[in-house]
Amino acid sequence: MGDYYEKKDLDDFENIGEYAPELGSKYFDYYGEAMKGGELTEREKALIALAVATTQKCPYCIDAYTNQCLSLGISPGEMTEAVHVGAAMVAGIVLAHSTQMRKIIKKKEM
Amino acid sequence: MPKVSPSFEEMVSTPLRASGVEILQINVGYRCNLECRHCHVQAGPQRSEAMTREVMEECLRVLRTTPLPTIDITGGSPELHPLFPWFVEECARLDRRLLVRSNGVLLLDEHCAPLLDLYMRSRVEIVLSLPHVDPQITDRQRGTGVFHRVIEAIRMLNARGYGIEGTGLPLTLVHNPAGAYLPGAQKALQSSYRAALRERYGISFTRLFSITNMPIGRYLEYLRRTDNYGDYMRTLIKAFNPESLKGLMCRSMVSVGWNGRLYDCDFNQMLGLPIDHSLPDHISGFDKERLVGREIVIGDHCFGCTAGSGSSCQGQVA
Repeated sequence: MGDYYEKKDLDDFENIGEYAPELGSKYFDYYGEAMKGGELTEREKALIALAVATTQKCPYCIDAYTNQCLSLGISPGEMTEAVHVGAAMVAGIVLAHSTQMRKIIKKKEM
Repeated sequence: MPKVSPSFEEMVSTPLRASGVEILQINVGYRCNLECRHCHVQAGPQRSEAMTREVMEECLRVLRTTPLPTIDITGGSPELHPLFPWFVEECARLDRRLLVRSNGVLLLDEHCAPLLDLYMRSRVEIVLSLPHVDPQITDRQRGTGVFHRVIEAIRMLNARGYGIEGTGLPLTLVHNPAGAYLPGAQKALQSSYRAALRERYGISFTRLFSITNMPIGRYLEYLRRTDNYGDYMRTLIKAFNPESLKGLMCRSMVSVGWNGRLYDCDFNQMLGLPIDHSLPDHISGFDKERLVGREIVIGDHCFGCTAGSGSSCQGQVA
């Protein structure tokens, strides 16, 4: 049971379409289109991907996009700022959900 | 170098052959005032290897008698060779495309001013290493204070017209990764360099070459010391791009070592792998007809030139 999140599994990502090749192929086409430079640069998209990877706690994506950011000449400072954007968003989302808590408190308390 | 699987030879399956000789790359010696951590030449102030006048004369003889369109002079730092001003002037007389690869820092020395005048007169293309637009990242790789001196050198070159559109004086910068990863797309890196250097320092350049670090020399030592070698080689192998094979620099150039020995590329020169397969391997026996179509000497380091968009001394190849 010690085999979750093995580094070599990242190389297996290209095989995720194994049992549904048509869907896999459509996914990779979509992924490729979404990630290539458009109105946003490849650089900006890599930083967004890195922020998402860390907030979603995906070790494969963190590995892939840290390397991608380095390759694109993105500095550690810029990467860290992107991660802080993700962290601030997650913190904000958690706090925003406390609205529900506050509403219930206000309803229930005398 | 530890073996990898599959080997480069297995990956390409058929022998790699030269398709012509368009570039004569001449390494005039390994002495340099810097000791960059990525340097495949392992150049530095203690290196004493330097091309003799006799070998330089042989190079000039070959160039005078053979129609090779491009002369590419490299080192070490070529400017440190005492015969370099004479040699570059002789090369300039041949009216070919002439490139000189410099670490940039030395060009700020007063004694280089006449050399820069010659570069301008002869339309010599200057190629400078600038691994990153972040000062800390560049200095980590090339030495403390190098980034700002290179910026100063670019500013001085811009003032002379180098890197300014319309002057016909090309200034090429070279990017290479400051660690154990592959370089990004050359076009995107060129855009981000251009924007950063213009906005932060008000300087410009003509184009950017993006070069993959070869797993040899000082860079190989770094990979092994930091336990990155296996990962790096796996990354190179996974990124192997058959499309890069047709544009590989070894297929259109010959590299001349400081002692006149001929190699398929500067990397083979550092590995001590001269042109093989019974061909003359010294500049004194240079024969273009025999070198065209020669079988290239390959090794696992060649994965460095075939990963992703490919890599060469002229940047990406695919």
